[in-house]
Amino acid sequence: MNIFVDLFLTFAKIGLFTFGGGYAMISMIENSCVQKKSWITHDEMMNITVIAESTPGPIAINAATYVGSKKGGVWGAVIATVGIVLPSFVIIYLISMFLDNFLEIPLIAAAFKGIKIAVGILILDAGIGMVKKMHKKVFPRTVMLISLALMLLINIFSVNISTIALLLIFGAISLAMFIVKGGKAG
Amino acid sequence: MIYLELLLGFLKVGCFAFGGAYGAIPLIRDIVLSYDWLTHEELTYMIAVSESTPGPIMVNLATYIGSAQGGLLGSIIATFAVVLPSFLLILLIVSVMKKFVSNKYVQAALRGIKPAIIGIILATGIYMLVAHCFESTAFDIKAAFITAILLALTYALPKLIKKKLSPIILIICSAVLGIIFF
Repeated sequence: MNIFVDLFLTFAKIGLFTFGGGYAMISMIENSCVQKKSWITHDEMMNITVIAESTPGPIAINAATYVGSKKGGVWGAVIATVGIVLPSFVIIYLISMFLDNFLEIPLIAAAFKGIKIAVGILILDAGIGMVKKMHKKVFPRTVMLISLALMLLINIFSVNISTIALLLIFGAISLAMFIVKGGKAG
Repeated sequence: MIYLELLLGFLKVGCFAFGGAYGAIPLIRDIVLSYDWLTHEELTYMIAVSESTPGPIMVNLATYIGSAQGGLLGSIIATFAVVLPSFLLILLIVSVMKKFVSNKYVQAALRGIKPAIIGIILATGIYMLVAHCFESTAFDIKAAFITAILLALTYALPKLIKKKLSPIILIICSAVLGIIFF
């Protein structure tokens, strides 16, 4: 298949089935772009996640632009990005035209109660997949556990601390340790 | 002019919406309310709809508001504007990425950031699953049951059939289970 057609269809499919956005999309993108198509490696996916967190814009769009540009230059990036946006664009446009109280339809409300749970599992699964591929060393494990605990506390007590602040702090700690150790990789 | 307002308003959202969907909501609120595009109530309702339809919340909101304010052309302009900044930024990053990522100081910072992101993702998943089982503080046995079935489908079934379930199948199963139980 032509790479442009392939990019468009793959990202349109991701766009059509990613509810909840954000981290839930990581599972879906890994599944399509890393495992099935081998367009990018797991490490690149990890880099995209980091970049997506530190740049504005939804992670799915960041990933689509990145993969598209890697496989098909600027046009690849345009096509993949349009592909991921188009399904939700069409759906929301139709909703905005025809339905005032979309969520009050009982059947749809019930289906979405189920989907919400699946979204939680997809996010959890994306995290577990990353833990399995993480370096088995003390430092990354400690950082992972501390940030896990902090984030749970932030959620439970609905504290207003952005994840970016959290990431920057851990990045700074890691960088400081590197410099203190005299620039040797640890 | 409404088209120009939509373009500028959503370019702003696209430029400063860090931290994924939920991080972006406060900013979107600010802009949407300041332009009087939606009332407070409409916005809350729209966030719920965006969460329940596929695609990033930010893009969904842009499409919806654009269409409500300026029809099809409005929704195209708003969606284009919200996507454009991150699109250009990523293109730029891709072209300098190799150099950037292989820098030793960047590497050192990334060694801290990567595991931290994993922790954040795990925490978000765990929190969401637990929160769904305790709707308005009462234990929701149906939601817990669906969670158990979906967890089994994700982690036990692949051991039997030697193949991982695709996320799309999982979403479809969850929708069917939702319709059956609720």
